[in-house]
Amino acid sequence: MGSPFDINGGACVAMVGKDCVAIACDLRLGMQALTVSNNFPKIFNYAPSTYLGLTGLATDVNTVSDLFRYKVNMYRLREERNIAPQTLANLVSSSLYEKRFGPFFISPVIAGINQTTGKPFICGFDSIGCIDLAKDFIVSGTASEQLFGTCEGLWEPDLSPEDLFETISQALLAAVDRDALSGWGAQVYIIEKDKVTQRLLKGRQD
Amino acid sequence: MPGFDFSNFNRNSALHARGVPLPKATSTGTTIVGCVYDNGVVIAADTRATSGPIVADKNCEKLHYIAPKIWCAGAGTAADTEFTTALISSNVELHSLSTGRDPRVITCMTMLKQHLFRYQGHIGAYLVVAGVDPTGVGLYTVHAHGSTDKLPYVTMGSGSLAAMSVFESTWQPDLDKQGAITLCAEAIKAGIFNDLGSGSNVDICVIENDKPTQLMRNYEKPNERGTKERNYRFPRGTTAWLNQKIISKEDMKKYVTIETLSGDDNLAEKMEVDS
Amino acid sequence: MASLLDHSAGGQTVGYSFSQSAAAPVKQHGFYPYTDNGGSTLGITGSDFAILAGDTRSTSGYNINSRMVPKVFKIGGDEETGEGAHIILSVVGFAADGNALKERLDSVVKMYKYQHGKPMSVSACAQRLSTILYGKRFFPYYVTAILAGLDEEGKGALYSYDPVGSYEREQCRAAGAAASLIMPFLDNQVNFKNQYIPGSGEGHALEAKKAEPLPRDHVQQLVRDAFTSAVERHIEVGDHLQMLIATRDGIEEVFHPLKKD
Repeated sequence: MGSPFDINGGACVAMVGKDCVAIACDLRLGMQALTVSNNFPKIFNYAPSTYLGLTGLATDVNTVSDLFRYKVNMYRLREERNIAPQTLANLVSSSLYEKRFGPFFISPVIAGINQTTGKPFICGFDSIGCIDLAKDFIVSGTASEQLFGTCEGLWEPDLSPEDLFETISQALLAAVDRDALSGWGAQVYIIEKDKVTQRLLKGRQD
Repeated sequence: MPGFDFSNFNRNSALHARGVPLPKATSTGTTIVGCVYDNGVVIAADTRATSGPIVADKNCEKLHYIAPKIWCAGAGTAADTEFTTALISSNVELHSLSTGRDPRVITCMTMLKQHLFRYQGHIGAYLVVAGVDPTGVGLYTVHAHGSTDKLPYVTMGSGSLAAMSVFESTWQPDLDKQGAITLCAEAIKAGIFNDLGSGSNVDICVIENDKPTQLMRNYEKPNERGTKERNYRFPRGTTAWLNQKIISKEDMKKYVTIETLSGDDNLAEKMEVDS
Repeated sequence: MASLLDHSAGGQTVGYSFSQSAAAPVKQHGFYPYTDNGGSTLGITGSDFAILAGDTRSTSGYNINSRMVPKVFKIGGDEETGEGAHIILSVVGFAADGNALKERLDSVVKMYKYQHGKPMSVSACAQRLSTILYGKRFFPYYVTAILAGLDEEGKGALYSYDPVGSYEREQCRAAGAAASLIMPFLDNQVNFKNQYIPGSGEGHALEAKKAEPLPRDHVQQLVRDAFTSAVERHIEVGDHLQMLIATRDGIEEVFHPLKKD
């Protein structure tokens, strides 16, 4: 049997631009080589400009996204404010490490803008909560190697929201087309200080 | 002590028994070193984090804070080094608060080894602990199973042999501060260039008697990426999209009220901070 | 007593249950004749040239065996200088098999010239390489080969192989450790996959950007950027980039430094 990370398939990527961030995912849900659904988004919203992408075992993607929905709701009730991406990053990290000896089979990605500082923020995690703070891009999922290649080749600093949309979309589409377990459409979020644009991409349906 | 949650353990070990491989964690296939000198101690690390043969993070921080004058370099499973040092750092601070004394390196090393020994090597943290305290300079290595060493110069991680070859060939007694820094940087560079698990930059931390600790992040950057030959910016409109939804701040205001408070310092009582 | 022993023998109690048949099989060890020497190769063709490139690092595990072991070879040329060759071959995977394969194909191409009095065509050489690889179907050469040169019309030709001889003529191909990183980048930048002409329509009506052969300097820049990107993210790729360019004037060799960490 293969790795639990590779059973359902899926890909997610986040990128930093000038005063903006983008996060994108594919829409496939599979069981091994069989595609079960082409409408399984992997990006979840936890505050007006804080997004979390989850790839890996689909059952854990659902469990963990709901778990954080609960945890973030409790945070908002206690603190009477929205959760900042940095705070969510530490919440994700410690929640995953709590399960060090029985982890969830997921690779989370966070993208957002800190409303206090106005600065873009992205980060990624391994399944036991080690934070990967990057200045450029974060990738995860079964197409992570392909995404590393495309992002490293196509990304450049200080892209405007419009240019960042093109770059992240091209990087994601090129990568998922070379991965049998990802694809079947894609979703992109462009996050600016006071505006979020969500787009559905046209991609190969095979 | 960390309250680990084993609720997924049975599910995952059942899967493992059926031949499912364990998840691969980000490991700091690393070079870390430490070296004492006449008035203090230097520790250094590379900045590459890997997941298999892929570089997960090109510029990660492997030097961890324990106390103002005790720092720790970590190799092995990245999450374990991060959380183990954070836990011990917290306990060291509580200990120093309750005793009213500056924390000692040997105390920190003992807490680390007892914690790691309890977990029988399952917490994959390999550490170099260094610092100065009222008893003098301390430099130790702590292995994941709980064994420790006390030496004038130490190396750990996948690049430990490359780094140790530098120490064994060029180390000499009574080094000065700059000599120790240069020697540690050379040892890390031996790891960066000759060990595939190590790479990118050199981080250095100098802990000295009667002086504040200096963390020299990216002390050397011998592996910067040059500029690309071509420009890969796409003409706008290159990607085909089928529909879009714009969520603006105005829309959000329908559901949430946002008020920005003034930054008057007198509004809130100031928090006491250690000098 | 027996049941007590059964329980304590493992030292641990299990919190799950399976039918007996699900027990993990006993692992056996044996001699494994192959090693992976890492590295990556890449080939792109144009209207009147073909480029094969590869890094020159040779690895085993976390060690570097050598920083200068070329993976791209001239086939059928002079023993020392490679002069007179018009076919290029890249091999990546197990270096010893790669070398043996190169030597064998080299002698085949030379024998062809001595016996027929004319140089072997790239398409004939491509077919012959497939036969050689399939000849070792049950003890394969553990390599991914790419063969390139100019076809009978003078156009760039490139053939890519799997270890047992299945082959295909293509515009571009990446192989080896970083193939999964480089290949999608090439799809996007050489064949313009997923790129559309801005303003040519809305949604499904947009017109796709057509792929056409690229000029040589453009391709060389793409190759260098593909490799500098791969070096950033793959630990087994680095040291030097070797490029062999087959044109109607013969084969040019270019070296370019890569990061050494």
